Amino acid sequence: MLTKRIIPCLDVKEGRVVKGIQFVQLRDAGDPVELARFYDEQGADELVFLDISASSEGRKTMVEVVKAVASELAIPFTVGGGINSLEDMKRILRAGADKVSLNTAAVMNPELINEGSNFFGAQCIVVAIDAKYDEDWGTWRVYTHGGRTPVDKRAIDWAIEAAERGAGEILLTSMDSDGEKKGYDLSLTRAISEAVSIPVIASGGAGNAAHFKDAFTEGKADAALAASIFHYKETSVEEVKQFLREEGVSVR
Amino acid sequence: MIGIVDYGMGNLFSVSKALERLGADYFLSGDKASLMDADALLLPGVGSFRDAMEKLNEEGLSEMIQEFAATGKPLLGICLGMQLLFEESEENGPAKGLALLPGRVRRFPGTKKDSAYKVPHMGWNGLEFVKESSILKNVQEDYVYFVHSYYVDAAESEVVIAKASYNEDVAAIVGRDNLYGMQFHPEKSSKLGMELLKNFLELAEERKAVQ
Repeated sequence: MLTKRIIPCLDVKEGRVVKGIQFVQLRDAGDPVELARFYDEQGADELVFLDISASSEGRKTMVEVVKAVASELAIPFTVGGGINSLEDMKRILRAGADKVSLNTAAVMNPELINEGSNFFGAQCIVVAIDAKYDEDWGTWRVYTHGGRTPVDKRAIDWAIEAAERGAGEILLTSMDSDGEKKGYDLSLTRAISEAVSIPVIASGGAGNAAHFKDAFTEGKADAALAASIFHYKETSVEEVKQFLREEGVSVR
Repeated sequence: MIGIVDYGMGNLFSVSKALERLGADYFLSGDKASLMDADALLLPGVGSFRDAMEKLNEEGLSEMIQEFAATGKPLLGICLGMQLLFEESEENGPAKGLALLPGRVRRFPGTKKDSAYKVPHMGWNGLEFVKESSILKNVQEDYVYFVHSYYVDAAESEVVIAKASYNEDVAAIVGRDNLYGMQFHPEKSSKLGMELLKNFLELAEERKAVQ
């Protein structure tokens, strides 16, 4: 039976993890490899690295980070942030990442999804969607540039288009729930998950283990991503999985 | 020395690194003569079956792999590389495979008893061992990482060593004589994945010692 995935997300800036785990006895809490290993040992099913470097130097550093992580870890990982072209995808995937995540670049140039999917296969291409409920539209709207720019696209339509263009997975972040720790946006997650035939990763709002269960059952998500709840030790991947097991959700 | 067949399909970095962690000597090559000389071959691959076969055929690597298989030296296909060992795939096809193992590759229908399920089959799924094999030496059933939209039907193939269930019975590890295939990614499958690769490397060592 296929299990539900728990995915910690790490923000990397100029090759260093920011908002890293401050509690564990790590030699270097900013070292992406060390943190990756820590989450692997806790039972994380996959990792997402989000490159938030502002400079092209930082982007180059990310390639080294990817190489180092891929050398050490035997679990899949995705890299997002700053991937704007087929060349960028090649650099990251050839350095050993399993998937790249496209966000703003895919909205600006949807053909990029087709190019990446044709070149590397759909399994390598994740389309990340930042969505926020729009009262006037009566549905969720797509935002780009880290949630700063509203776009004339309904999130559901964009997810369907991305899947048709060859995305292998949707990483769906609810801007309404993000940072609130009150749980994932279940209606958004469910709406997108039911609209596409590819897996959907729920993101934004995890505050406790029960929220993960809700994302999988009510939200129909295939995987759930979280950052600060893990980094600040409000819970651990192990604890979340133990809870899910007790609640009858199948996990690794 | 393990030869990894480099024919431009997929990421060879992860599998190379996994072999390094296991302390194996390996080389990446698309050259027929060097690959024939390897003690064992690894055939990785992601992407489409038809594209992969076209590339293997163009480079003369299809024949090389068939010849290699006949030498009795161990050969392991991973993911698409496993599917290529079979006779035919319906992916953009039908397209002919290497026909080293009996069976067909088909697409997950995406529906079962009128209810829809996700394709690709992506994530960690449990293995169920169904047949004894030296590739399973000293390992326990556990979860491994799958990503695929096409599968070899375990119900229809007699070469299945381990299967996984995802709405259909998926052939997860296949093998006959010196040929092995894994539908999942052992190099991304944590402990069990590494153990399976280690067993394959041991088969290569044993075979080398015999010669």
